[in-house]
Amino acid sequence: MEHGEEDGALDPITEGLIRAIHLILSGDPEVYKITTLSLFVSISGTLLSCVWSIPISATLALRNFPGKRALKGLFSALIGIPTVALGLYLYLLLSRSGPLGYFQLLYTPYAIIVGQCILVTPIIVSFATSALESVDPEMRTLAKTLGASGIQTDIVVLREAFWGVALAILAAFNRAFAELGVAMMLGGNIRNVTRLLTTAIALQTAMGEIALSIALSIILLGIVLSLSLVVSLARRTS
Amino acid sequence: MTISQIEACELTKNFDGLLALEQVSVRAESGKITAIVGINGSGKTTLLRLLAGLDMPSDGKILIDTKVVTTEELRGLCTMVFQKSIMLGGKVYDNIAYGLRVNRVSRREIPKKVKSALAFVNLDGFEKRKARKLSSGEQQRVALARALALERAVLLIDEPTANVDPANTMLIEQSIREAAHSRVIILSTHNLAQARRMSHSAVHLYRGSVVEQGETTSFFANPRDERTILFINGELQF
Repeated sequence: MEHGEEDGALDPITEGLIRAIHLILSGDPEVYKITTLSLFVSISGTLLSCVWSIPISATLALRNFPGKRALKGLFSALIGIPTVALGLYLYLLLSRSGPLGYFQLLYTPYAIIVGQCILVTPIIVSFATSALESVDPEMRTLAKTLGASGIQTDIVVLREAFWGVALAILAAFNRAFAELGVAMMLGGNIRNVTRLLTTAIALQTAMGEIALSIALSIILLGIVLSLSLVVSLARRTS
Repeated sequence: MTISQIEACELTKNFDGLLALEQVSVRAESGKITAIVGINGSGKTTLLRLLAGLDMPSDGKILIDTKVVTTEELRGLCTMVFQKSIMLGGKVYDNIAYGLRVNRVSRREIPKKVKSALAFVNLDGFEKRKARKLSSGEQQRVALARALALERAVLLIDEPTANVDPANTMLIEQSIREAAHSRVIILSTHNLAQARRMSHSAVHLYRGSVVEQGETTSFFANPRDERTILFINGELQF
């Protein structure tokens, strides 16, 4: 028999789970703040990245130009970029003595947004390009025979690849939402300012606060899984 | 716009050194159906794509009523129905309305034209059906309605009943015959019985060249070229 069970005490995981449920259900202000900031930062980073990633994907999928294959290969390779390395390079750029120090973004949520939108760009570009390339090439021919212009033909392909592109964006959001390196190095994990779910989990675990860590991880997993479920259901009903 | 004829003059098409068409000359008149027959790989689809303005000929020209036209002008005058019916996502209505929208038909006119086009192919009331859920025969009829709704002067039809059951084949053939009263129709087929049933004139393509052409009755009753005789007897190989 374990020592804890002899004393009638719960093991740390069970105790953590119970406290986690209590923290979530009671609407703990700190947990709430960390969650909303995490959502804000990751959604902003993902959407900002879409501004250039979707046009890049469309160009890679629908146009032919020299170096296209190399560019696609580069984006695929960058999917696996270590977040800590990216965080370090961006830290050097954004630090007070760095070339972008003037903007004083370091240790603010905006620095994390910048880092995350760079981090997820290869994911959106690679997955969305694949989705666009998987559309039947005859779809473009059809649109042309119906009188569509070049841009209208591209829009037909984009519409056909809608769910593939949506899944690329979802994968990017999940990556941003669950990453630690960029958030830690650029945000600094400052309480009530830049503390996100991932950085809070790392900190609380290091401090032995397993219950809070488990609560935050349940929220993290819950949001990721719920979003995937919603997208999957929406895709099926459409 | 109404025209009296479309003429291909010595069209040649090379694909990366591979000669797909060699000095093909064909003339098709309004109010008549011209059948392009030939075994698989003889160049029928390539010829239709050139006439539709989808590809540029390597050499030769295309004339509408004796005037040389560009590929862009051809796209405004011709439309094409493909062997594999390609449906846009969404409803049957959206499929037919798409071409009308990109051709700037007024919003008020679109529902009327969609309804009329569907009635033409005996698909009354199919507007709200999901296009991709239809049978292949019904999809091919929607594709025909979509092309007819544009009221183009030239309708190019590539193997329209290759994947269609006999009942749908009959309906498609009936619609094509009716549509021929007011436009040029060029029908590519390797189904000799269909060519004989439907066309007023026939052109035999073999290895990218016209080997024989003439009025359908005499084409089938008294073929002159040895290869046409073999083709009609089902003995011609590529």
